[in-house]
Amino acid sequence: MPVTSDSEAYPVAQFRKTYFEECAELMDALQSNLELLANGQEDDETLHAIFRSVHSVKGGAGAFGCTDLVAFSHTFESLLDALRDHKIPATHDIKQLLLRASDALADIVNAARLEQQLPPNFGGDISAAMRDALQGAGQSADVASAPAVPEAKTLTEQTYRIRFRPHTEMLKKANEPLLLIRQLGKLGSLSTEVDGSNLPPLESLDPEAAYLNWSFTLDTAVPRSAIQDVFEFVEDDCDLEIESSEPAAPRAEAAASDTTGASDSTGAVAATVAAVGVAQSIRVDVDKVDRLVNLVGELVISQAMLTEQGLGLPADKYPELIQGIEALAQSARELQESVMAIRAQPVKSVFARMPRIVRELAATLGKEVRIVTSGEMTEIDKTVIEQLNDPLTHMIRNALDHGIEPPVERIAAGKVRQGTIHLSAAQRSGRIVIEVSDDGRGINKEKILAKAKARGLVPAGANLTDDEINELIFLPAFSTAEVISNISGRGVGMDVVKRNVQALGGRISVKSRFGHGSSFTLSLPLTLAVVDGMVVSVGRETFIIPLVAIVENLRPQTADIHPVVGRGHVLALRGEYLPLVYLHRLFSISDAIGDPCRGIVIIVQSESAGRVGIVVDELLGQQQVVVKSLEANYEPVDGISGATILGNGRVALILDVARLHEIDVRGTAMRLPPPDAPTETEKDLTHAA
Amino acid sequence: MQPDNKPAVQFGQDVAVSENVQQFITFTLGEEEYGIDIMVVREIKGWTETTMIPNAPPHVRGVINLRGIIVPIFDLRARFGTGVTVPTNMHVVIIVAAGTRTVGLLVDTVSDIISVDPKEIRDVPDMGMPTEDQFLEGLVAIQDRMVTLVSLSGLFGMPTESIKRTAAVAA
Repeated sequence: MPVTSDSEAYPVAQFRKTYFEECAELMDALQSNLELLANGQEDDETLHAIFRSVHSVKGGAGAFGCTDLVAFSHTFESLLDALRDHKIPATHDIKQLLLRASDALADIVNAARLEQQLPPNFGGDISAAMRDALQGAGQSADVASAPAVPEAKTLTEQTYRIRFRPHTEMLKKANEPLLLIRQLGKLGSLSTEVDGSNLPPLESLDPEAAYLNWSFTLDTAVPRSAIQDVFEFVEDDCDLEIESSEPAAPRAEAAASDTTGASDSTGAVAATVAAVGVAQSIRVDVDKVDRLVNLVGELVISQAMLTEQGLGLPADKYPELIQGIEALAQSARELQESVMAIRAQPVKSVFARMPRIVRELAATLGKEVRIVTSGEMTEIDKTVIEQLNDPLTHMIRNALDHGIEPPVERIAAGKVRQGTIHLSAAQRSGRIVIEVSDDGRGINKEKILAKAKARGLVPAGANLTDDEINELIFLPAFSTAEVISNISGRGVGMDVVKRNVQALGGRISVKSRFGHGSSFTLSLPLTLAVVDGMVVSVGRETFIIPLVAIVENLRPQTADIHPVVGRGHVLALRGEYLPLVYLHRLFSISDAIGDPCRGIVIIVQSESAGRVGIVVDELLGQQQVVVKSLEANYEPVDGISGATILGNGRVALILDVARLHEIDVRGTAMRLPPPDAPTETEKDLTHAA
Repeated sequence: MQPDNKPAVQFGQDVAVSENVQQFITFTLGEEEYGIDIMVVREIKGWTETTMIPNAPPHVRGVINLRGIIVPIFDLRARFGTGVTVPTNMHVVIIVAAGTRTVGLLVDTVSDIISVDPKEIRDVPDMGMPTEDQFLEGLVAIQDRMVTLVSLSGLFGMPTESIKRTAAVAA
């Protein structure tokens, strides 16, 4: 069958893409297993899993001509092989070496994926260190080319009968039977029979399908596990039977490294490796899922419209229609939840990057730090995951830089040499809570407070609680270079972290005990596509205030409202004075009630000014809304974070409460058109057409 | 106006689009008639109430829901600086694609589709109004009327097909 170079190029590119996708997963697995190992889990299963990750990365790399990658992973693999055979003890130094090797491997894989050039002899020092470690144990780097050969010497030669029946789709996964057969041939004397009885006539032959089956007779001294290793990459894609024709002596060491766990102590037992773990997941293009999410969003809006129309109908006249609408609402909600669940990913993908950051930064700073993660399987929407990396990295770096002390200081303080950073995730009442805590020096409240007073951020006589003092580090003014050097606590760009987190609809808080460490808690929504909102009206306009920002709603007494010269009004609430933001003034809305004592004040948490009261006319209810972009067809609007479509088909804007107060402060200082009566220009320009 | 001129336009006919004929949808603002490249027009719909955008310029009438997309509506009369439209049910919104954005133009009525030979498009004379020149692309005489061609790129600051084609013809 003639194959043009074009049609050939496409599958190779496709395979390459798949390979690197798999690499990413393998590197993640490698990383997390190495962490387990480093934390003392030294069982064979962990070692084997580590070995297999590296082995799989190497296996594919050869096919795409990534020679650097093959060379490095080969050395890496040799070391791991010696480890799993207990020829080298898993000492602390070895574990550290493995971690460094995995970091370097990640870089090499990344460079290969992007087809970038790495500096010459990249990772050479690590390779050399690994070779030294091997040499120390009397191993050479060549052992891995035939992983199980060394142990074979103790075994007597025997005859295996192997039946190999590839599944139809095996070739599509870039597997080449010829390579397997050659590999098998290296193990001993091999005779091959091919069974072509499944071959279809040429006109119905699918060139990418596997039709041939093979029977092999292999005389060899290697254990069964070595034969299985040959088929390692295809074991899910074929039926494989390996029988030894002679009863074999019990081989404990071979059984120990047997991944399938199948007992081969009695010779004639067929170890069917096939279809043990049929994949329970499928790969789907993210775009397809996003389209689905958007469509479901549309459906939910249409359903809300129908529901609203249905409310106006007399229930006794159209009972079935009303029932149908209710059933539709139920299904739509479940559908939406299910679709959002598809897009959810474990936070592991972000957490897995943190150990490396810790390792590298700790080395730079000369500190000894370990990171312990938990709850990494907690799932959260892809849109949030993507936004999580930066704030999390920042917090981890902060903990390392400003929290954890150098070893000498820690010992002097009576702590263990090595500092610990805990990173945990959990789902709590529809939100995800991520906690970064360290056992470092904690926040020095006196210094923070003194600094805040010196900068005029806190009135001189103010009496702040501990938590309020801790919150000060999130103020923008604290993120200056001067503060870093003067204050033993934190403060590097924590305002940026807070802003990022709030942009995601999240909250951040800190708890700290001086001398004992600090703990930052992030609370985030599970998705950015849907927001729980309070629907409010101002004049004839309707707005959505995200529920997460709302502290409480109230209708104040006239006596509680106090004017502040040139600064609008404040509301006295339980001994505190909160600035009031009049939405109708801010947005120039006519026909609004305007008087907070006749309308409603919604107390929200604002980033710059703490709590702020937003004055609206009325609360219309609480609703889950699908967030739509305003920028897509218009432009970003200050004070508005997005838009949504209400049940009546009208657009409602979602307020960015964190900005409202700032706009108000700026607006009061500059200009504020009278809330009633249109401006002069508007009057002049009004033109009846 | 030169009534003895041969009309540059086949008016009111369903003319097949040939290489050197450009089609425009014409609309009115009061007494004046304007044309917009038919290729950028996505649909024409009646006026519906908008949701106001805070502190937007007067020609931004707010946003509407167009089958799940948030689309801003621009009052062309206000944009041209000749007053603010007070919309009724008889007013019309032309939904156009301006670059990657979808926007609506509020006008009084939509009147016709005209086919114009690009050679017959006259430059807008310098009226001493530099701001207005930016979104007027040219003038076309149709029998006893004059249609002013509106440039979306001038209105929204991005290139449109119309501009590129006119430039190609001019070259």
